[in-house]
Amino acid sequence: MADILVISEQRRGVLNATVAEAIAVAKELAAAKGGKVIVAALGGDPDRLVPVLSLAGVDEIISVALPSPEFQSDEYEAAVAALIADRTPKAVLLPHSIDSLGYAPALAAKGGFGFATDVFGARYDGDDLVAVRQAYQEKVHVELEFPGKETVVLTLRSGAFKAPEETASPSLTSFVAPKADALTKHVTFHEPVASDGEDLTAAEYILSIGRGVADEDNVAEFEDLAGALGFTLGCSRPIADNGWLPKYRQVGQSGKTVSACKVYVAMGISGSVQHLAGMKHVPHIIAINKDPEASIFSEAHFGIVGDMFEISKELKAQLG
Amino acid sequence: MKILVPVKQVEILDEDFDVQDDGRSIDPDCIECELNEWDDYSWETALQLMEKHEGTVEAVPMTVGDESADDGLRKCLAKGGERAIRVWDDSVAGSDPIAIARLIAAAAKKENAQLVLAGTQSTDQAHGQTGIAVAALLGWPHVAVVSALDYSAGDGKLTVRRELEGGVEEEIEIALPAVLTIQLGINEPRYASLRGIKQAKTKTVDLLSPSDLGVPADQLGEHGSAARVRRMYIPERSKAELITGTPPEQVKRLIEIVNELKGA
Repeated sequence: MADILVISEQRRGVLNATVAEAIAVAKELAAAKGGKVIVAALGGDPDRLVPVLSLAGVDEIISVALPSPEFQSDEYEAAVAALIADRTPKAVLLPHSIDSLGYAPALAAKGGFGFATDVFGARYDGDDLVAVRQAYQEKVHVELEFPGKETVVLTLRSGAFKAPEETASPSLTSFVAPKADALTKHVTFHEPVASDGEDLTAAEYILSIGRGVADEDNVAEFEDLAGALGFTLGCSRPIADNGWLPKYRQVGQSGKTVSACKVYVAMGISGSVQHLAGMKHVPHIIAINKDPEASIFSEAHFGIVGDMFEISKELKAQLG
Repeated sequence: MKILVPVKQVEILDEDFDVQDDGRSIDPDCIECELNEWDDYSWETALQLMEKHEGTVEAVPMTVGDESADDGLRKCLAKGGERAIRVWDDSVAGSDPIAIARLIAAAAKKENAQLVLAGTQSTDQAHGQTGIAVAALLGWPHVAVVSALDYSAGDGKLTVRRELEGGVEEEIEIALPAVLTIQLGINEPRYASLRGIKQAKTKTVDLLSPSDLGVPADQLGEHGSAARVRRMYIPERSKAELITGTPPEQVKRLIEIVNELKGA
């Protein structure tokens, strides 16, 4: 078969946006092979996802009801393994996400499938599926191939592909997942600690500091600088992990997405994928970093290759 | 309870690294190695459990790699633990995370481990596959991206938190034996003392081959992997417009840009 299967993911009723992007990839791959795009809606209430999954290019939506209302790795793994056995797709596309990190490697290891994670390019070269990902902190791109694999599972990087805008009317079917023993038990969700009134998601001007700040004692200097510029202070993960700034000031995948930000100044931040996920949409990004190869410079519009402390001192002097 | 902690040496590229003529690898002269950042946190998690449950919990670091990978194991042993395991022979070369997971799973069985604490991912390849693949091969419960962990002796289970998006966490109960992949920031990894570094040199590193672990050669290397590198290349990247000059000149321009963008 030449079909492409997309696996949905949701959190508390909200579809993971990367699923729609995966549909766009599936459409291209299926067109190259003359197959169908099949999307599996998984979850406690899968039918609720049908409207948001009915995007251009989707031929069929399979509704798969799972016992747990929220993600449970063993249930997802068993359901997707059974779907693959039933439909024998050529490729299976998942979001690269916290959830897929929790079950996709198990699926691939047990099923003997071809497998690649955090993929941001996928195409057929003849009969061979080629997946593109990064290595060495984005310095190198790597093309992977999957010789002899009937089915290849790919997890796709969020924001790497453009989701279809048009909707469609795919056929609707359902699939009964095999009974899986859930080996872990959901207890509760913990909401993030409330902020002290600062809300990074609402801030228009943000100055963020990263690993380059080097020492907790240096943080105050950049608090002052942010104040002098009229910017809100943010940070990258290591600063919050070290407890130098509270978690609600962290920008990135596991922190805040700075939705309202107009100008983002990144000082001493190398620009990991996780950090970029929270800020690369900002229309004006200015990066200051001493490493000219730092990946932040690929996303920034303006850059200064230099010492963040020297620039900070000079900024304060010139701002008076 | 025995905890097995798989760690790895990650590769850091020099500033002017190059792709080799085969187009599939980096010139080894341009590579330096260090212990994976995530593995500092998983090893610290194991050490803290060992200290809290003194005498009943044992932590053993292991790695899959050639002789040079001993450095990473010694770095772990300098902070605690009595012995480490390294698995290698030539059949392992070219293995991807799924193939490497077969060796770690086999070692966990051989060691009669009840808990495997892996890093969520590595800084060089960032596959994020190994730990959860180990769990699948063992048939053990697993949780990925763990940001907190609580264990009481004799409970037979752990209470952990999984880090979700936007600072939300999910609390989960998981029965032992289990595999967890550990996220950055779960603790504050300690530094090794000079005495610890010295002592680590005399601690045992058991060298095992895949056949010692009962893993056949055809399940390793490129043949036993889920993917194969076809090509590596240095990407064309869009670049920021660089503000050049002396720092005062750069800052003057920077303030102009910021004022312009703020509409001042």
